[in-house]
Amino acid sequence: MATVRIIVTLKPGILDAAGQAVQQGLHALGYEAVTNVRIGRYLEVTLPDGLSPQETNEMCERFLANPLIEEWRFDVSPPRTPRVSRGSGGEARGTKPEARDIH
Amino acid sequence: MRVTILAPEVVGLTPGEYEDICRRLGRDPSPLELHLFGVMWSEHCGYKHSKLALRALPSDGPHLLAGPGENAGVMDIGSGWAVAFKMESHNHPSAIDPYNGAATGVGGIIRDVLSMGARPIALLDSLRFGGFDDPKVRRLASSVVAGIAGYGNCIGVPTVGGEILVEARYRGNPLVNVACLGLVRAEQLARACAAGPGNLVMYAGARTGRDGIGGAAFASEELDERSEREDRSSVQIGDPFTGKLLIEATLEALATGGVVALQDMGAAGLTCATSEMAARGGVGMAITLDLVPLRESGMRADEILRSESQERMLLIVRPHEAERIAAVYRRWGLNAAVIGTITAEPELRITHQGTTVAALPPAVLAEAPAYQPAASEPLRLWDQWTLNALPDEADPAQALLALLASPDIASKRPVYEQYDHSVQVRTVMPPGAADAAVLRVHELAPKGLALTVDGSGRLCALDPRRGARLAVAECAANLACVGAAPLGLTDCLNFGNPDDPEVFWTFRQAVAGIADACRAMGIPVVGGNVSFYNESAGGPVPPTPIIAMVGLVDDVSRAPTMAFRADANIVILVGDPAADLAASSYLEVVHGLTRGRPRDVDFDAHQRVLSLIRESIRRGILRSAHDCSEGGVAVAVAECAIAGGVGAAVVLPGGSRRDTALFGEAPSRVMVSLAEDSAAQFFAMAAEWDVPLTVLGRTGGDRLEISVADGPDRRPILNLMLAELAAAYQSLSEVFA
Amino acid sequence: MRLGVVVFPGSNCDRDCVHVLRHVLGRDVVELWHGDPAIEGVDAVVLPGGFAYGDYLRAGAVAATSPIMPAVRAFAASGGPVLGICNGFQVLLEAGMLPGAMLRNHVLKFQCKPVHIRVESTRTPFTHGLREGQVLRMPIAHGEGNYFAPDPLLATIQESEQVAFRYCDAHGRVVSEANPNGSLNNIAGVCSPQGNVLGLMPHPERASEEVLGSTDGRMLFESLVAWLESRRAVVVG
Repeated sequence: MATVRIIVTLKPGILDAAGQAVQQGLHALGYEAVTNVRIGRYLEVTLPDGLSPQETNEMCERFLANPLIEEWRFDVSPPRTPRVSRGSGGEARGTKPEARDIH
Repeated sequence: MRVTILAPEVVGLTPGEYEDICRRLGRDPSPLELHLFGVMWSEHCGYKHSKLALRALPSDGPHLLAGPGENAGVMDIGSGWAVAFKMESHNHPSAIDPYNGAATGVGGIIRDVLSMGARPIALLDSLRFGGFDDPKVRRLASSVVAGIAGYGNCIGVPTVGGEILVEARYRGNPLVNVACLGLVRAEQLARACAAGPGNLVMYAGARTGRDGIGGAAFASEELDERSEREDRSSVQIGDPFTGKLLIEATLEALATGGVVALQDMGAAGLTCATSEMAARGGVGMAITLDLVPLRESGMRADEILRSESQERMLLIVRPHEAERIAAVYRRWGLNAAVIGTITAEPELRITHQGTTVAALPPAVLAEAPAYQPAASEPLRLWDQWTLNALPDEADPAQALLALLASPDIASKRPVYEQYDHSVQVRTVMPPGAADAAVLRVHELAPKGLALTVDGSGRLCALDPRRGARLAVAECAANLACVGAAPLGLTDCLNFGNPDDPEVFWTFRQAVAGIADACRAMGIPVVGGNVSFYNESAGGPVPPTPIIAMVGLVDDVSRAPTMAFRADANIVILVGDPAADLAASSYLEVVHGLTRGRPRDVDFDAHQRVLSLIRESIRRGILRSAHDCSEGGVAVAVAECAIAGGVGAAVVLPGGSRRDTALFGEAPSRVMVSLAEDSAAQFFAMAAEWDVPLTVLGRTGGDRLEISVADGPDRRPILNLMLAELAAAYQSLSEVFA
Repeated sequence: MRLGVVVFPGSNCDRDCVHVLRHVLGRDVVELWHGDPAIEGVDAVVLPGGFAYGDYLRAGAVAATSPIMPAVRAFAASGGPVLGICNGFQVLLEAGMLPGAMLRNHVLKFQCKPVHIRVESTRTPFTHGLREGQVLRMPIAHGEGNYFAPDPLLATIQESEQVAFRYCDAHGRVVSEANPNGSLNNIAGVCSPQGNVLGLMPHPERASEEVLGSTDGRMLFESLVAWLESRRAVVVG
């Protein structure tokens, strides 16, 4: 069993109106240093034998994201990993499939 | 199940109620049974404090097919068709979680109407919030509106009308009352009355989870040890997608003819649905909880029984049809499971994991005790009726603009544009167009239905009986303005703690007021809902009986809007022109005063005015019709002008005071416009009905000019561009931006 | 002539479309269940509005994977007319049968109100009976109707006359004040390169009867019927 964690957001060039509204709200609450709020979707997909980065990428491209307007990144966690990973460096992003295994 | 000692208070019952239970059962209840009593004898399910008082409401009528006690009232509309109508409050859930609270309120009322076998065709909502100058209130209001939109739009039932009123005392306890109307073939009317030993009890819809359980104080040793409370949420989450599937699947299941009875699993979930349906039919049920489709593992019997997971129905089905009906639900992607059978002996027997966890007569659970709480008239009431002399209005134009911009009067466009009000292709009069929403019923063309909702906490706080009479009268007037005759009403009575004698006196007065009006106008109360304990740190909410009324329109194509249609039409005030400022919007908005005794309704005069309006609409005489209520004649004429983009020059009757002439309020007054060539016919009809008319002036231009007949000078005391009026009227677009 | 209306779980304008086609236009209409992998014996397919599969994931995304969609795609490939209204338009975009994508309305709220749209192309079966530049009034009711296409694609769509409707004012002027949702270049509807597949956000079925305030929407359906009849005449004759 392995869980793939996928984050889908609007591409940088696309107006994220919801993100902007949240940013305004944060500013109103006094968090004026906030400069860029992006709203996206988070998905967890669990499979018995895990997923290859290529397969995950294909899943995102065909269905979980809309490549015209969205980009995605993902990582894979093995079962019973209680801690959420803290990534450093490159993440798998967009159409360049690279998976990061978190141990 | 482990035996635990459970104090009755833990499940919200009094020691006296516990004794009552023991006496009725002839033994002590088991802990699980006590939990069931806790939910079924709660005020919400049991109507303990209200049911005796509610007997005062007349619920008979020639059109009535099902009345109070059913999941929704049902009225015959002719040619084999009927409508189901019901309103409910979702105030407390909306205070805690405005989006989900409002959304599940919509879902719940839709399923009540569906329980009658009706296809839901319209929603209305009546909302009360604290002042919009408070950002917290704005956020709450925006979330409530988003919740109504989120659920209603997705499920495909149009939100065709409603009202929003604002008052500081609703700040900690907003009101969210939602009404739903459904359409059903009279012969396909369904009931919630279980019958037929050997018939099967079928669960259909979404799975059962732990949502909605943790609201009431619920503690026993067992519970604390497990400390599962973190997992529980007292707020239910609605899923309109599943709700939509449930509508389609349930209507298809009913069409098989194999469904004997059905009920929504809403408040108190499976407990309420099983005990109420069995009690109504005088039968028993044997239920196996292990067969209930669950969303989470390890749920205890009491959790399964009390869960308020949304989008679930309980059906009683004939055994040989069970598989066919289950297949219908599965085809729509929903769960369906037989969880028990109907038994001849009136006993609700519930088993879980091989053990009988409850065995008791369903009627004992379903019939909560009835109380007659103490009532005493608030002393302050009289004080508030006196009005000290005020200087006459120095700036009538500013006063009118302030009234138009006040939240109660301002256009609700920024709200209703978020609601899908045109799905189902029935909406002839969308929100904002006329005094009532109008739906065509193409099954009965050219007939249609008109819907409106009204209630005033301000008027009821000043005089609850008159306030309630006025609310019913205004609903009937709203319907008349689109040519509709009332079929029936449903009410939602929002009050504070009934154990407070002043609150309860106010409640009884409001009920009496509704009863007066219904008797006087021959309108039955076909169902209703009571919401007590609407209190917060700031005290109780103003007494707020909300009335939702449905009427029948003979020909929807003749229904006028409120908008002035063309230049050179005659503007007429129908009804006794006398009015005063007592309890008026003007006093509240301009002087910050909530004072004075509201004028009472003369129902004889009221009925004559409404008959004249309806008949002249039927004859096609009126170009526009608008009930003259909050803000008086000046606001009414401004609203007609803004709506039509057509100005007017009018001379108001009145004495020495301009404020009274412009902004005085009184019931039974309607502002109409008509073409010159139909004036003679209208005057003749008014004479026949013995209704006074006052010709105010003419439509035309892009300004509103108002003079007062007996004023100090005959020059207009108010002269404003329509654009200025319209800008003030759109003040809520900032609140709901 | 038989017209098919697809019923997805969560469609909520399917009955409205059936009503208009059957009772207003007097045509033979069949409901097509999303789970059926075949559509046979229909001359046109309508994908109605609503919230198919709750619009979970993205509007129209899950519906685009439903069993009936390969058959709809094949029907379109053979030149059959396909109309997607509102959520149906979103499904066609997600299925890749029309170019572009939908974003949330720029006002971030569901918008239900009457709008004006201008006919930009008469090459579809649904608009061939209309005039280019003709202004129609019909309601919108959506939360995600903000049409988007990235730059090269947008240029292609516009050059190949795939823009079928634009939001405009009552006089037919395509101005930003008339744009209810932030759609790129006021685009309210697009068609396939061949023109036989059309998607639009406004609801023509809600503007097909006088009693509901507008009959402009009916012209799209009448245009379809005339187009189908003329084709049949060619085949027969």
